Amino acid sequence: MAILELKNVCKGYGEGNERTSVLKDINLSINEGEFVAIVGFSGTGKTTLINLMNGLIYPDQGEVLFKGQQVQGPSHDRGVIFQNYSLLPWFTVTQNIALGVKSVYPSWSQSEVDAHVSRFIEMVNLTPARNKRPKELSGGMRQRVAVARSLSMQPEMLLMDEPLGALDALTRGNLQDEILQIWNQNRCTALLITNDVDEGIYMADRIIPLTTGPDATLGPEFNIQIERPRDKTEMNSSDEFKKVRNELMTYLMDMGASRKQAGAKEYSLPQLSPVMPRNMQRRNRKAG
Amino acid sequence: MKAKAIQLLNYSGFSWAVPIVKLASGEDIKQQFTILWKRIGMPFCAIVLFLFLWSVAAKNVQTSLGVLPGPVMVYHQANVLWQEHMGERTKAREFYARQDARNTAILQQNPDATIKTVSYPGKATYIDQIITSLKTVFMGFVIASLIALPIGILCGSSKNVMTALNPIIQVLKPVSPLAWLPIVTMVISAVYTTNNGWFEKSFIISALTVSLCSLWPTLLNTAMGVASVNTDYINVARVLQLSPFKKTTKVVLPATLPLIFTGLRISLGVGWMVLIAAEMLAQNPGLGKFVWDEFQNGSSDSLARIMVAVITIGLIGFMLDQLMVALQRLVSFE
Repeated sequence: MAILELKNVCKGYGEGNERTSVLKDINLSINEGEFVAIVGFSGTGKTTLINLMNGLIYPDQGEVLFKGQQVQGPSHDRGVIFQNYSLLPWFTVTQNIALGVKSVYPSWSQSEVDAHVSRFIEMVNLTPARNKRPKELSGGMRQRVAVARSLSMQPEMLLMDEPLGALDALTRGNLQDEILQIWNQNRCTALLITNDVDEGIYMADRIIPLTTGPDATLGPEFNIQIERPRDKTEMNSSDEFKKVRNELMTYLMDMGASRKQAGAKEYSLPQLSPVMPRNMQRRNRKAG
Repeated sequence: MKAKAIQLLNYSGFSWAVPIVKLASGEDIKQQFTILWKRIGMPFCAIVLFLFLWSVAAKNVQTSLGVLPGPVMVYHQANVLWQEHMGERTKAREFYARQDARNTAILQQNPDATIKTVSYPGKATYIDQIITSLKTVFMGFVIASLIALPIGILCGSSKNVMTALNPIIQVLKPVSPLAWLPIVTMVISAVYTTNNGWFEKSFIISALTVSLCSLWPTLLNTAMGVASVNTDYINVARVLQLSPFKKTTKVVLPATLPLIFTGLRISLGVGWMVLIAAEMLAQNPGLGKFVWDEFQNGSSDSLARIMVAVITIGLIGFMLDQLMVALQRLVSFE
């Protein structure tokens, strides 16, 4: 059964002539327990799409359904990991996570909250940094805090907006594994938005490209039938991986190319030939 | 230890003293002396030059109260004021000692006797005036903050409230303390009739005038800060589904604190400036009244004494500002 459904969703910004339609005719259905990735170039409306799903913004047309109910704003059932971590800089790691926990379980005592928070800090391996503030942490550690904050609220679905976009390749790889491992333990539904095709294929069951905007919409979906747990080094030589990767890259490249062609203009350039020292001498001789 | 001391100096606004700490701990002497020269030497030279120009120029200005006093005369008067203060304190101590002795003597003769305790009737010294002024400005500042912060938060969180209040704020903001004072005086005289001895009437009048003039920077800064909280933080509050109260206390206010403190700092500065004018007119004891009394006195020392007051006012204003800067650094999360 579909846990999250988008039906003919359109969303644009601005008014009148200034209006740009960012997303158009988005149709998507995500099943319970599934890991779906959406890939797209930057600036195509990926963040708009995820904000529609988590309820921070509402569609202009169409509807967003969560478990058959129209989305009426953010909910504890849908955890969000933001692109830029969005940790509160005046709180420590523990306080940042506890803020969400207390909001979901207002009846819990302080010791229950503490125990719960500690468990999730442990899960993302941040116990030594539990009393540090975000500015004292590296990018990877901050993202771990954001992951722990979302998971500690025990959502039914996890929405991730380019969670690893700002990290270096090594940290990124590690965190991919960590997120997969945690997802495997909790088995919540997950939606990952990314601009990295390899990351999408490595992590997701299903990967869907987002076409370039304006009027971005979802392209054909690619199912990834690689056994879990997946191994990065082995995957590089897997035929299935290569096939999906090639198809997806071809699709994205073609789309990128068509976008460029549509935008390109023909310029008439003046006929110029460079003046070389030797030519100069010859010309001077001719003139003389 | 050294790092802590340096941090403390930086926070409290004494960053110019950092090279001295570094020198004491035996860091590169030449480098630290260069920094010391830049931080302390240059301002010191400027002050010496200023004092020199002042003394030269002052000699050439002839007033009805004699020659305009130079730095030396002002320094001398500062000493005189200090001596007067110490003298008064000694007299007061002796007065109370005599009174106590008298009372114990009476009580020894007749334990049931009613005894009188009278507070020392001597005149307020310069130091007393400074303390009164500080009390008044803090009272005014606290009242101003209590009014400005809630209204500022309200204005910042609702565009409609801001639009509604904006014209009133903009019109009242530039009004001079001298214009407020008569109104405040009349209103307080009419309203504050209880005589419980908590506050002098003139004290309240000056404090309220200070509040009326100094609440605007805090109000506007708070409103601006609350209205411009990073959308990421607001989104976090929405995704975590915090209650409006928690959203304000855990997200909006911490994010706004640096701007609020900038507003409070400007407010305190304005308040201190306004206070002197208010005290002069309200005849509330304090530095303003001291200046006015000396002006009315018209003795040959008066101008020098007023100049002492001018410098005191400046120094205290500077200190209050530094205090707010230190507080601002403490609460700032960046």
